[in-house]
Amino acid sequence: MLSRTADNLFWLARYVERAENTARIVDAANRLAAMPIAYAGESNEWESAVAATGTLGLFKSLGREPTAENVVDFLALSPENPSSIRSCLERARVNARTVRTALTGEMWEAINGAWLGLRDFDRLAGDRLKLNAFLTYVKEASLRFDGSAYRTMLRNDAFFFSGLGSFIERADNTARILDVKYHLLLPEHESVGGGLDFFQWSSILRSVSANTAYHWVYRESVKPWLVADLLVLNEQLPRSLSACYARICEFLDELSLAYGRQGPAQRVARSTRNRLQNATLDEVFQGGLHEFLTELIGENTRLGQAITDQYLA
Amino acid sequence: MGVAFDEMGASGDGCRPGYEVLKRWLDSTPPDLLATRRAEAELLFRRIGITFNVYGDDAGEERLIPFDIIPRILTKPEWSILSRGLEQRTKALNAFLADIYSKGEILRAGHVPDDLIYRNPYYRPEMAGLKLAHDIYVMIAGIDIVRVDPETFYVLEDNARTPSGVSYMLENREVMMRLFPDLFAEQRIAPVENYPDALLATLKSVAPRSASSDPTVALLTPGPYNSAFYEHSFLADKLGIELVEGRDLQVRDNVVYMRTTEGPKRVDVLYRRLDDDFLDPLTFRPDSALGVPGLMNAYRAGNITLSNAVGTGVADDKAVYSYMPEIVRFYLGEEPILKNVPTWRCREPDALKYVLDHLPEMVVKEVAGSGGYGMLIGPAADKKSIADFAAKLKANPDDFIAQPTLALSTSPTFVESGIAPRHVDLRPFVLTGGDKVRIVPGGLTRVALKEGSLVVNSSQGGGTKDTWVLDA
Repeated sequence: MLSRTADNLFWLARYVERAENTARIVDAANRLAAMPIAYAGESNEWESAVAATGTLGLFKSLGREPTAENVVDFLALSPENPSSIRSCLERARVNARTVRTALTGEMWEAINGAWLGLRDFDRLAGDRLKLNAFLTYVKEASLRFDGSAYRTMLRNDAFFFSGLGSFIERADNTARILDVKYHLLLPEHESVGGGLDFFQWSSILRSVSANTAYHWVYRESVKPWLVADLLVLNEQLPRSLSACYARICEFLDELSLAYGRQGPAQRVARSTRNRLQNATLDEVFQGGLHEFLTELIGENTRLGQAITDQYLA
Repeated sequence: MGVAFDEMGASGDGCRPGYEVLKRWLDSTPPDLLATRRAEAELLFRRIGITFNVYGDDAGEERLIPFDIIPRILTKPEWSILSRGLEQRTKALNAFLADIYSKGEILRAGHVPDDLIYRNPYYRPEMAGLKLAHDIYVMIAGIDIVRVDPETFYVLEDNARTPSGVSYMLENREVMMRLFPDLFAEQRIAPVENYPDALLATLKSVAPRSASSDPTVALLTPGPYNSAFYEHSFLADKLGIELVEGRDLQVRDNVVYMRTTEGPKRVDVLYRRLDDDFLDPLTFRPDSALGVPGLMNAYRAGNITLSNAVGTGVADDKAVYSYMPEIVRFYLGEEPILKNVPTWRCREPDALKYVLDHLPEMVVKEVAGSGGYGMLIGPAADKKSIADFAAKLKANPDDFIAQPTLALSTSPTFVESGIAPRHVDLRPFVLTGGDKVRIVPGGLTRVALKEGSLVVNSSQGGGTKDTWVLDA
């Protein structure tokens, strides 16, 4: 297929995934910010929400104060933020329209419908009901897009490139959310086990939609190292780094099979996957969770670049 | 202007041949059912996503083109005259282009003034002396036809550059067949669905000699912001060819390649929907980001076929149009089957004087204009616009031609007030290959939805109809 078509599919999936992730981050921050300080702590939830989306530098350069209104506007609707939910859905739709014939009708309708529906949400700041409705809307749009891709696409290179986009974006996001909150997960944190941390950890789980999953897997109260275990190493959780890399390797193998050759992208992905498979929780914490996550985010970015160089450029 | 000729012959009980089934059906169908069907048709179009972009319109960046559910019908004898005329006209266009880019015999014989060609903005000196595969310049022509009475068809325009609209011809038929299966069962209507096949066969037949026996064809689009992008992606999909933008292509050693996930792949034929000016920044507009640097070198080296060829605009120029009857006679030694609308070339002083004296009765068009922009329709214009236009005309007479206002035929159309006659034209698509000429029976009927309006362009409130050619 045309490199540009593959590139469009890859980024289309990334934008949709990013929109959903941002919606979940805003949702979690919104809940936490609504709690009394005694429960939620004094850290600024809104600032760390921006940090978790990787746009803190841009936010600050625009001279904004991290108030609820400013952050909601910046992350949800602002055209100044290329990663805001609206920007993501708009760019996803431009990409989809460009590669219309590589999509199934259902995928096109999912993306076009999501874009058309944006018109109903022109102002969110200050209106909590509307904000909730918007966040639900975005999550559903992304589920519909994923679902229609999964159920209707031919299993050929178009499907693999789109899948690669979703999982690379997802891995990046999970790592960033954890990284922004990593200080809470440090075992030496003074108030381990206190009520304050409970809500913070729950909010991490919520932002990757793993609250219920946690309880099913560990069957005990929320413990910081188990949260890290779940999000980094547990392949059962579809948003964990391990699960993302399992899928990434699968798609890259399919591609090398279809094209009859492999290259740097396959090697980079496999090495990261091995690392995740062989790591233990103790090692991760010994070397420092922040260091571990920073390296992973770097490797993930390198993989994105390797895929671009090998197939999309 | 009197009452225009109606293609169905709506007055009274009778109707013109070919319309019997439709008339009976219209007479027996209550208006609310028609309204329901129209709503269903609109839903279908919306779901398919057929839209067009209107330039200079900020609010609605994509719009649905209005569709009228009442078809326009041509009988077999009518179509047979038309298709012979179309083939003749296209042959003449190709012969003319081959001539003016080589020996220029028609100019030397004095049938066409040479400054009209050599000083024409669409004349491409880069094409002079270049030998094209099969000598074909216009592989795809969309020739606009209007009708004024049962016998008389006029050619209004020869669109020899990148004519659009064929996706509507195909989609209109799909929608009609879904909504009115009974009408299709009761009479034999020639199919149009083989157009993509015919187009692909045509494009492959003009591949350069250096191409493999199964040449690679791609469609070159300016991109998703172009007004006809929907059609580009629709056709690429139907033809099963890649839809490429300039940045997907690269030229190495005078061969054109597209960038794919499996490495560079050679392209032999480009169905380009990009204007000459933008094709190659090294040859034409240097600021074009849409084109492919070096494409013209590959073209001159004979390693790629561009369809349509570069420089065909000189043949569908409205001033050259006026010479088409001579052009047909000169190359084919035949009388033109399709008539030309009488045309005053404002570059000629006598003609200019006549036109200025008769502006309120005439249609004046810009020689290089298209899309219904920049024209004056005398009978519909007020005094001020006529005066303004006269000033423009006097300032640059070379830029204009004028024609009498034709009483375009009407076709029954379902509008707000019910079924009423509206003016129509017809754009059939003529495909010229290295092997033969292919014309799918039918075309795009455009209809001016505003009462009395003669402008059928979709950018100016025109709609479309399905066009039925009866096969018996």
